[in-house]
Amino acid sequence: MKIFLKINKKDMEFDIKGSETVYDILKSINITSVRKSCDSGVCGLCTVLLNGKPIPSCSYLAAKADGGHITTIEAVEEEAEKFGRFMNEEGAVQCAYCTPGFVLTVMSMKDNLKNFDDESINKYLVGNLCRCSGYQGHLRAIKKYLGVAE
Amino acid sequence: MGRDIALSIRRDDAIAKISGEAKYTCDVKFENMLYGKTLRSKIARGKIKSIKYPSLPEGYYIVDKDDVPKPNKLKILKSDMSVFAQDVVNYVGEPIALVVGEDKEIIDNILSKIEVEYENIQPILTLEEGLNTKEPIYGDNNLFADYVVEKGDINEVKNRASYVYEGEYETGYQEQFYLETQGIIADFKDGKITIYGSMQCPYYIKNALLDFFKADSDKIRVVQLTTGGGFGGKEDYPSLIAAQAAAASIKCKRPVKIVYDRDEDIEFTTKRHPSKIKLKSYLDDNFKVIGMEADIILDGGAYASLSEVVLQRAMFAISGVYNIENLYVKGRAVATNKAISGAFRGFGAPQAFFAIEIHMEHIAKKFNLNPLDFKINNLIKRGDKSSTGGTFRDEIKLKEMIKRAEIMSSYNEKKSRFKEERKEGKLKGIGMSLFFHGGGFTGSGERDHIKAKVKLLKKIDETVEILISNVEMGQGAMTTSRKIVAYTLNIPIEKVIFENPDTDRVPDSGPTVASRTTVVVGELLREAAEELKNRWNENETLIVEADYKYPEGYEWDGDKFKGDAYTSYSFGVNVVEVEVDSITYESTIKNVYAVYDIGQAIDERIVKGQIDGGIVQGLGYAGIEVMENKEGRFLQRTSSDYIIPTSKDVPYIYSELLCEPFKYGPYGAKALGELTFVGSPPAYALSVEDALGLEISNIPVRPENILEVLRHGK
Repeated sequence: MKIFLKINKKDMEFDIKGSETVYDILKSINITSVRKSCDSGVCGLCTVLLNGKPIPSCSYLAAKADGGHITTIEAVEEEAEKFGRFMNEEGAVQCAYCTPGFVLTVMSMKDNLKNFDDESINKYLVGNLCRCSGYQGHLRAIKKYLGVAE
Repeated sequence: MGRDIALSIRRDDAIAKISGEAKYTCDVKFENMLYGKTLRSKIARGKIKSIKYPSLPEGYYIVDKDDVPKPNKLKILKSDMSVFAQDVVNYVGEPIALVVGEDKEIIDNILSKIEVEYENIQPILTLEEGLNTKEPIYGDNNLFADYVVEKGDINEVKNRASYVYEGEYETGYQEQFYLETQGIIADFKDGKITIYGSMQCPYYIKNALLDFFKADSDKIRVVQLTTGGGFGGKEDYPSLIAAQAAAASIKCKRPVKIVYDRDEDIEFTTKRHPSKIKLKSYLDDNFKVIGMEADIILDGGAYASLSEVVLQRAMFAISGVYNIENLYVKGRAVATNKAISGAFRGFGAPQAFFAIEIHMEHIAKKFNLNPLDFKINNLIKRGDKSSTGGTFRDEIKLKEMIKRAEIMSSYNEKKSRFKEERKEGKLKGIGMSLFFHGGGFTGSGERDHIKAKVKLLKKIDETVEILISNVEMGQGAMTTSRKIVAYTLNIPIEKVIFENPDTDRVPDSGPTVASRTTVVVGELLREAAEELKNRWNENETLIVEADYKYPEGYEWDGDKFKGDAYTSYSFGVNVVEVEVDSITYESTIKNVYAVYDIGQAIDERIVKGQIDGGIVQGLGYAGIEVMENKEGRFLQRTSSDYIIPTSKDVPYIYSELLCEPFKYGPYGAKALGELTFVGSPPAYALSVEDALGLEISNIPVRPENILEVLRHGK
């Protein structure tokens, strides 16, 4: 079947199998920043934004995203760098395998979360696992980035 | 010099990692590369009677025991594990063959058509079965290791003790769950095997492959790629995958990549050893612990791996931070028909510290003593002897650290306030743990086995390249190593280069384990940098080397387990505060307070990252990370079942450093990474105990178990 996706602001057309996921589409056009791990939408490594909201691309059917706008880390370079500086300052960058997915969730958080209190931030991040940092550095970095640090 | 090495700097690897540009194994592609997927045993124990392979499409291959040199044994410490099952299988998931080809769907299809016929053998699934079996998996007695450590005279103590207390403690499995799963690429070209991949120990892989393929040293090259976490899980296991991928590449004459799925990685790769520990303490009338008997049993799984050394560390740590003059410690690592237990942050110490910290608390409760006063009354101090009769040579700041933790956490005030709040139905609790971690290899590993060597290369543009085999896997080795060299040479950090190690370029400075990259290799880098500084103007380009020297005045007898098992000790105090739901018995961890003595911090930000991450991993181990094995299969084998802490499960973590520098560490640095894990499990269990007023002796602490204890007693 044919679907249309805007990927990083570029209109594209794909001929897909019904079982193909957004992740499969992104790999087919050689976007390497998106990585798959759990293959079940649990770990958040494969997070991309669909119309500004985070989705697990590994288990999100491409057909379901038809007509939508997909954003990967490549398209938010400037903001990612800005946020990345805070991540770096707060010691949140360790093995960093999870980082691109995390950054995208934070980009979305900035536009979609109403209250930037710790509990709401932590709740928004719950779909992005990290095994190195204990999330403490992330929380500190996010609050600085959002300008809500005490 | 006037610079403070502890001041944090920007991590050089951060930018590429944040932008997604860093290339991990899954991102690397070679021309003509094939993929390999593993055919695994479906049963826990048995003989392979026959394997029927389907006819293969063009370009697809089966690689199995017939494609590897005899005797098909991979050397980790012992050579008991086949690279592909020879004729028996010893755990569910044991690799039998690889299916190799271009298209993953076709590979899956081939895998589904392979028929393996087994003859079942009664599997050994529990420690009890493993200790009493007549059909051992390993050796004559089914033990990978069977040791005794003695100090003083335990029998003499038995006669004069006024009080005796006995307890039994259990800890469960834990999966490393590094976010990047295991991955290796092998490329066999012109008679030379090159291995690329996610790893902690390039030379472990090189040496294992040299032995396995009986190759000359220049025919095996190992190159580390950006590695997304290890925690011990990429210490020994990558050697197995590398041998399989290499055999496949030799057969197919093309590069072969193996990257594990998450579920495959959770279920079949190495994990933390489950433990059963019995402790019996003898006390005098002043409640001084004058003797202790310990019986430590670790579940080693199907193959020996690193079990013997994990067991040693557990045994040497079993008396905790207490000066117990008479000890009898028995330790056994038992073979069972389950996935291999291997290295995981702390390496036996978390099991031991859980047991001793809970044990000490329970003794105090039994004899109506204030637990903290009782522990302080028994603390080690400088000059005391370790469990193996070595000497604690450096100042031990534990009393000061306890004081600091008490102030940070308002420990005493909360202890009494929570007691009152519990009367009103709010199940709040607070617990404290005291612990140490021995830096570097256990025993004389550095001196007798590793013999680390480092090189510094001064280039014509006046940059200096660090040539070591230790890897950056997230812990910050790239930054700390460069800092040590830049600081010593007094040159800007940008002038110091650290590339991912390639065994064709770097000497064997040993594995990336046990905090030795900073403490041991870091000190060698400092020495080499000192020499380079003195010889700087000698030539435009220069190579300076430094070799490991065992510090003077230390002694170790590895046969008798006597002397200094470690040359330095780091210390910690953790306080955990929880609130337990009075209906579901689920706990919410509110705050964690931590004080550490890690010698000199090389980079405070990296230290903080290790502290936060280690504590949370420890809390997962003690709380929500449940992994049970039933009839040889793990019940939790996907990321939906095996739960690691999320952002919603973590407490606020307040930490401070109170440090005593170590003479033989670079600028005084001691071990850090493992230490941060060791203390939070017992502190957590004790806080839950406090909240509920019952005794907890097992981790993970599960709500359903609490309910069981409350309903039926123990």
